[in-house]
Amino acid sequence: MIAYLVRRILYAIPILIGVNLLTFALFFVVNTPDDMARMQLGIKRVTPEAIEKWKQQHGYDKPLLFNAAANNAGKLTNTIFFEKSASMFAFDFGYSDDGRSIGREIAARMMPSLAVALPTFFVGLLVYLTFALLMTLFRATALDVAGVALCVVLMSVSGLFYIIGGQFLASKLWHWVPISGYAGGADSLKFVLWPVLIGVAGGVGSSSRWYRTIFLEEIGKDYVRTARAKGLSELRVLFRHVLKNAMIPILTGVVVVIPLLFMGSLLTESFFGIPGLGRYIAGLILTDISYTMVDPRVRLQ
Amino acid sequence: MNFIPVILWTDALIFLLVAVGIASAWWIRWRPHLLLPWQRVAKSGVGMVSLLVLSLFLLVGLLDTLHYRAALPEKSNGETVYSPEVLSAFDALVSGLRNRTEKTYSAPLSAFLYAKESIEMPGGKTLRDYPRLKYGGAHLADPERELAGDVVKRAGLGALCGLLIAVVLAAVVGWIERSVSTRKVDGGYAALYPPYTLAFAGMARTARALLITVLLLAALVGAVASLAGAYHVLGTDKVGQDVLYLSLKSIRTGLVIGTVTTLVMLPFALLLGVAAGYFRGWVDDVIQYLYTVLSSIPSVLLIAAAVLMMQVVIEMHAGWFETAAARADVRLLCLCLILGVTSWTGLCRLLRGETLKLREMEYIQAAQAFGVSSLRIITRHIAPNVMHIVLISVVMDFSALVLAEAVLSYVGVGVDPTTISFGTMINAARLEMGRDPIVWWALAAAFSFMLVLVLAANLFADAVRDAFDPRLKGAG
Repeated sequence: MIAYLVRRILYAIPILIGVNLLTFALFFVVNTPDDMARMQLGIKRVTPEAIEKWKQQHGYDKPLLFNAAANNAGKLTNTIFFEKSASMFAFDFGYSDDGRSIGREIAARMMPSLAVALPTFFVGLLVYLTFALLMTLFRATALDVAGVALCVVLMSVSGLFYIIGGQFLASKLWHWVPISGYAGGADSLKFVLWPVLIGVAGGVGSSSRWYRTIFLEEIGKDYVRTARAKGLSELRVLFRHVLKNAMIPILTGVVVVIPLLFMGSLLTESFFGIPGLGRYIAGLILTDISYTMVDPRVRLQ
Repeated sequence: MNFIPVILWTDALIFLLVAVGIASAWWIRWRPHLLLPWQRVAKSGVGMVSLLVLSLFLLVGLLDTLHYRAALPEKSNGETVYSPEVLSAFDALVSGLRNRTEKTYSAPLSAFLYAKESIEMPGGKTLRDYPRLKYGGAHLADPERELAGDVVKRAGLGALCGLLIAVVLAAVVGWIERSVSTRKVDGGYAALYPPYTLAFAGMARTARALLITVLLLAALVGAVASLAGAYHVLGTDKVGQDVLYLSLKSIRTGLVIGTVTTLVMLPFALLLGVAAGYFRGWVDDVIQYLYTVLSSIPSVLLIAAAVLMMQVVIEMHAGWFETAAARADVRLLCLCLILGVTSWTGLCRLLRGETLKLREMEYIQAAQAFGVSSLRIITRHIAPNVMHIVLISVVMDFSALVLAEAVLSYVGVGVDPTTISFGTMINAARLEMGRDPIVWWALAAAFSFMLVLVLAANLFADAVRDAFDPRLKGAG
């Protein structure tokens, strides 16, 4: 298991380097620091001196990749790329324009973000699975058809609508929860409750329908017929056999959902004034570990 | 000539897409094995009804794509001068909606402004009251008493006219169909006849659902069109623009984002996905590395960074663009490119997996044994067999992209602020939720138009998937 994890983490290194190079190219090659300075200072009536000063203040007055003027190792280290991009590997993110350490900002914003994102994720998974199992239990009845129709409508509604509508209902009309903000500790519950519920509601349509498809695919397989032939009740078949086997494709899908979750939480946080970060998860590694818990066939070597 | 046609970048791409669509429809028509899944789509009632709704949206979008610049009345040195404002055929069609702007907000179907103002009375006195609108319900002498009756009368008349036109159209179509299907024979001999008769035979089952939808839509469009002549059906926004006009204009932006993005990403995904699966080895490693890197950056951040950078480039080179519309259009195109770059990875992964499976099939191995070149194997044997995946994921992605546009514009990294889109509409309207009484109509209009468009796209995507997915064959 540990060897497998080490390999996965080692595999992440070239990917991190790629991400780093890509963002560097995006920010510094597409537009030269001169362009950035001109934008920041206003397009018109900007003197070359002012541009030089701005670049110096922000540390952009060095060559991009190779500094011919410096000596020895300085040729490579005394450049924008080394100072701004490569140093991120040492978790040194530098300072933002208002002088605060970006690394510390990230650490401080992690908690509120996780306070919203994690409950949304787990409560969501639970709700979607339950809903999908219910539809599977009542498959090919009017209840199932109504459920699927509801899902299609729900997934066609813009995510913005859930947030704007939900916020309007709970805060303006019913005065249930504060409209926005965040507090640490036990107080956080009343700030987090509504964002989490809205986050869960926003995903019901697509996730439940998709899980239902997976359940239906499983339910046609031979082992299910065997289980029924043994005289197991339908509920037992569903929960003991189908659910367990369906978790493999479902967990695979969670990888795909992670970027969307990030997008959702970014919006939720901005609407509800939660001082969070949005969130990153090294998606691939995490799902690989979660596979092994449900699927004994995935052997880690 | 009192106007000059303008072809913006996205216009050109849309025309290209339409041409590709017509060409492939022609291609498919004469190949029964390709036509078969489409006939299954044609038999699905939900699929055809949603396609009808989608084509209505498409019609508005296409009309809105024919851009032109009108000639100004005065001439300089004998040469015609054209207005800097780029309009579209759709603008010309609904010029009434576009030009009848009020002072500020007004509720749907209202004759009064949203805010109180000082009105000068004939006697020189001033009174603080809700002023009458310049255009909305301006023909009424006493709106408070007459408004409801007039609205019902106009809506009813419009709906009736719409219905009448639809019935006449349906009768004509029915007559043509009957004269075509006099040659109809029983199913066993159907294969002897050209495919379109088969398609007609399949459509007959869903004809009733289609007919009902056509009648309902005709009544709705008729009623709205008749009301729109005298009222602001969906109210007006902050600067007094008609919300119905804004919603209709947003359709094109949504369609462009949904289709052009796909057009951009398709070659990448198809080429790289199939190459990775077919050649394996280092090609596979490189391509996998590429899409893992791209998909491990959260897409919003990547899009935001790219859009901000693009904005700087556009600002620095203001001279590139002749008109404001051209600039906004290039920004829209860039957004499509960026969305395409971030969204090809999913399809690429799917195609790689499918190609890995296909290349082990006997017919591919036979082709390899005969010494057929890799290029030929890929184009002749693999590409046609992954097309169903491409098609399914293209129609599925469309609705996701339309929804993503709204979110991105809302975050501030979407389309140009001057481009009318669902995102900019929502962005402008959301601050008004705090007013009392609340201004709900712009938000409601944007969300409902989006809901109908995305719902129709989702339902159509389902019908296409059911028809094309080989795993579901025999089930439907």
